[in-house]
Amino acid sequence: MAFESLSDKFQNIFNNLKKKGKLSEADVKAAMREVKMALLEADVNFKVVKDFVNTVKERAIGDEVMESLTPGQHVIKIVNEEMVTLMGSGESELTFTTGGGPTIYMMVGLQGAGKTTTSAKLAGLLKKKGKKPLLVACDIYRPAAIKQLQVVGEQLGIPVFSMGNQNKPIDIAKAALEHGNKNNHDLILLDTAGRLHIDEAMMDELIELKDVMKPKETLLVVDAMTGQDAVHVAELFNEKIGVDGVILTKLDGDTRGGAALSVKAVTQKPIKFAGMGEKLSDLEVFYPERMASRILGMGDVLTLIEKAQSNIDEKKASEMERKFRKAEFNFEDFLEQMQQLKSMGSLSDLMAMIPGMSAQMKNVQIDDKEMAKMEAMILSMTVEERNDPNVINISRKNRIAAGSGNKIQDVNRFIKQFEQSKKMMKQMSGMMGKKGRRGGKGMFGNLPF
Amino acid sequence: MIGIPERKVIMSENKKRGFFGKLVEGLTKTRDNILGGVDQVLSGFSNIDEDFYEELEEALIMADFGIHTALRIISDIKIKVKEQHIKDPMEVKQLLKEELMEIMCLSDDAYSFEEKKSVILIIGVNGVGKTTTIGKLAMRYKAQGKKVVLAAADTFRAAAIEQLTEWSNRANVDIIAGQANSDPGAIVYDAVFAAKARKADLLICDTAGRLHNKKNLMDELGKINKIIDREFPEAHKEVLLVLDSTTGQNALQQAKQFKEVANITGIILTKLDGTAKGGIAIAIQTELNLSVKFIGVGEGIDDLQDFDPEEFIEALFKQ
Repeated sequence: MAFESLSDKFQNIFNNLKKKGKLSEADVKAAMREVKMALLEADVNFKVVKDFVNTVKERAIGDEVMESLTPGQHVIKIVNEEMVTLMGSGESELTFTTGGGPTIYMMVGLQGAGKTTTSAKLAGLLKKKGKKPLLVACDIYRPAAIKQLQVVGEQLGIPVFSMGNQNKPIDIAKAALEHGNKNNHDLILLDTAGRLHIDEAMMDELIELKDVMKPKETLLVVDAMTGQDAVHVAELFNEKIGVDGVILTKLDGDTRGGAALSVKAVTQKPIKFAGMGEKLSDLEVFYPERMASRILGMGDVLTLIEKAQSNIDEKKASEMERKFRKAEFNFEDFLEQMQQLKSMGSLSDLMAMIPGMSAQMKNVQIDDKEMAKMEAMILSMTVEERNDPNVINISRKNRIAAGSGNKIQDVNRFIKQFEQSKKMMKQMSGMMGKKGRRGGKGMFGNLPF
Repeated sequence: MIGIPERKVIMSENKKRGFFGKLVEGLTKTRDNILGGVDQVLSGFSNIDEDFYEELEEALIMADFGIHTALRIISDIKIKVKEQHIKDPMEVKQLLKEELMEIMCLSDDAYSFEEKKSVILIIGVNGVGKTTTIGKLAMRYKAQGKKVVLAAADTFRAAAIEQLTEWSNRANVDIIAGQANSDPGAIVYDAVFAAKARKADLLICDTAGRLHNKKNLMDELGKINKIIDREFPEAHKEVLLVLDSTTGQNALQQAKQFKEVANITGIILTKLDGTAKGGIAIAIQTELNLSVKFIGVGEGIDDLQDFDPEEFIEALFKQ
C-alpha cells in the first residue's frame, strides 16, 4: 500500500513526541529533522519539504503548544492540518460541458505514466455514471498503443475511435469529434502519446490539439513513484499546456507517494483521481483529507465505510457486530466475513485503512492463497465444529487437515490465528463502541467487524 | 519499416552524432541539474563548514541520490577534506567526481554476456520502458550480426504482444509469441526450445510489468526464472532490471524486491533524456551493489547506450 512506510515513520516520530510531558524547542527541532528525513525518503520535493517543516516548526514552537498539557498531541494536530493544506482540501470533481456538444477531456503525461489505461478506467467510471463516452486513440507513435486502447475499450464495452498511425493526432481528434456528435456521445476522451516535457515539437502538438479541440479538462497523468523530478514535469506541462487536474497512477505500489504531496503543492492543481490497481475498475476519487490521515497512520475509516456500505448487507453486519462485542464469533461467521471481505477488495488494502492497524498487521502476510486455504479448512469442518471451535480435538483436527488437503500444523496454526483475531476484534469493537457514542450513533455500524 | 511515424525517423537522423556528443546531449539536463546545484553550492561558499555540507547534501537529494546515499557521500568527502587539508570549496568538486567514479565503476565482465550464448530476461515495474528497450537491444545485436530471438512473455498488458511483434519486424528478428493472457512460463519454455533449435546467440525475454509488492506476480517471475535455469542450463543468464530514471527512492525498493526473486545482473536506466537526474543509479549502486549497464537517452532506435561511468561522470561535470 502506498504511503505505508511513510506512515510507519510518522507513527514512530509521534510516539516519541507523545511520551514527553513537556516539549522543549530542541525536542520539536529533533522531531522535525526526522519528519524532514521521512518526507525526503518518500520523494517529496525538497523545497516542499523545507517549507512544510518550517511552517510546522514555527507553529509548534509557539506558546500555544508549549503551554498545552499534551504538547505531543498538539504537534501531531499541526502536522495533520498542514498535511491536508498541502494536499488540497475537498475532493474536486470533474466538470462537464453543459449544452452544445460533448465534454472533451485530454489526457497528457510522460511515457509510461499510464495514460492509456487511465483513459479507459476514467471512461469506464463515467460510463457507470450514465455518460456515453468515446475513447480516441491519438497516440500514433508507440507501437501497438492504438491496439492497447482498443483492447481495454472492448473489455469495458466502450467504443474506441482510431484512424491508424498515419494521420496527425489533430486530424484524428477532429474526426473523432464529428463521429462523436453523430453517434450521440456526450463525452470524448483523448488519449495522447507520452512525451517528455522538454520535447518542444511534441509539446507543440499538444498545444495545437488543445487550441483546436478546447477540452473541458486537461488531465495530467503522473506516476506516483516519480522522484524529485515530478514537480518539474507537472510545472512544465502546466506552464505550456495548462492543466486542470492531476491523476495519480500506480498508488497500489509501495511508493511513499511523495509525488502526490509535491505536485499539488507546486502547481496548485487538484489531484482528482488515483489509480489503485491493475483492474479496469481500480480508479478512485482522490480525497486529500483521507490521504493525509493515511499517511500519518491514522487510517482511512471513511473510505472503508463507503466500501463496506456498497458491498455489505447491513442487517448481517449489525448482527455480526453484536457477535463481536459478545465474542460469540465462530468459524461460520468467519467464513461469511471472508466472503464479504473478498467482495470489498484486497485484505491488505482494507487493513491499511483501519486506524492503527497498519502498524499492528505489518508482519502478517495476507495473500489470497492463504484465504483459500482457510476457506477449505472451514468447509471441512462439521456444523458443530464451526459453531463451537472448542470441540475441535486432535482427531477432529486430523480429519479437517485431510479433508482440506492441509497438514495438521496448518490447522493448528489456523485455529490459533482465529483465536487471536477474535481477541483483536473484541478489542476493536470496544474501541469503536467508544467512538460511536461520541461521534453519533451508527457511524461504525456498517463495518463488518 | 511500416507504421513508423515521420517524427521518429527525423529524430534519429538528427542525432547521428558521436557517442560522447549524444551522451552529453542526453545528459545536458542531468548535468544542469546536478551541477546547477553543486556548482551553486561550491561557488556560494568561501569556507568549508557545516552550512556548506548541508547545502551540498540538499543538492544531492534534489538529484534523487536519496538521503542515505547523500549522507554517505558527504561523510566520505568530509573525511577526505580533513585528510587532504582542503580549504577551497571548489576543490571539493574534484573529490566529488572521484567519489562518484569509485562508486559507479563497472566490473570487467559486465558485458561478457553479449559474446556468449545468453538468455536476457528483462524485468521491471509497469511503464518503465521494458518492451521499447528490448526493441532497441534487438536492433543493436542484430546489427552486430548476432542471431536474436525474442520471447513475448508479457501476456498480461493489452497489446504488449503486438508492440513487441512490431519491434521484431523492425529489427527483423524472430519472435515467439502466444495468445494474450496465456501462461508466460509456457511462452518462455517454447522460446528456449526455439532458441536452441535456431541456434540463436541471444534470447531476449519480455515480461509483464509488475509492481514489486504484488506477491503472485513476483512468484510468476520466479517461475519463469526456474524454467530458464532448468531448460537452458548451458546458457548464460543475464537478468536486467529496467528502471525509469524519473523514479525516486522507490526504485531502491523495486530493485531490492526484484533481487529476491531473480538474480539481477544489471540495471537499464531509461528516460535519461528528460529532466530527471538519474541520481537514483548512484543510490542503487551504493546500497545494493547493482551496476547500471545500459542507459536510454532518447526515443530513437539507437538511443540505448552502454553505460560508461567515466563518460557519464565526465559528462555530468562537463562545462
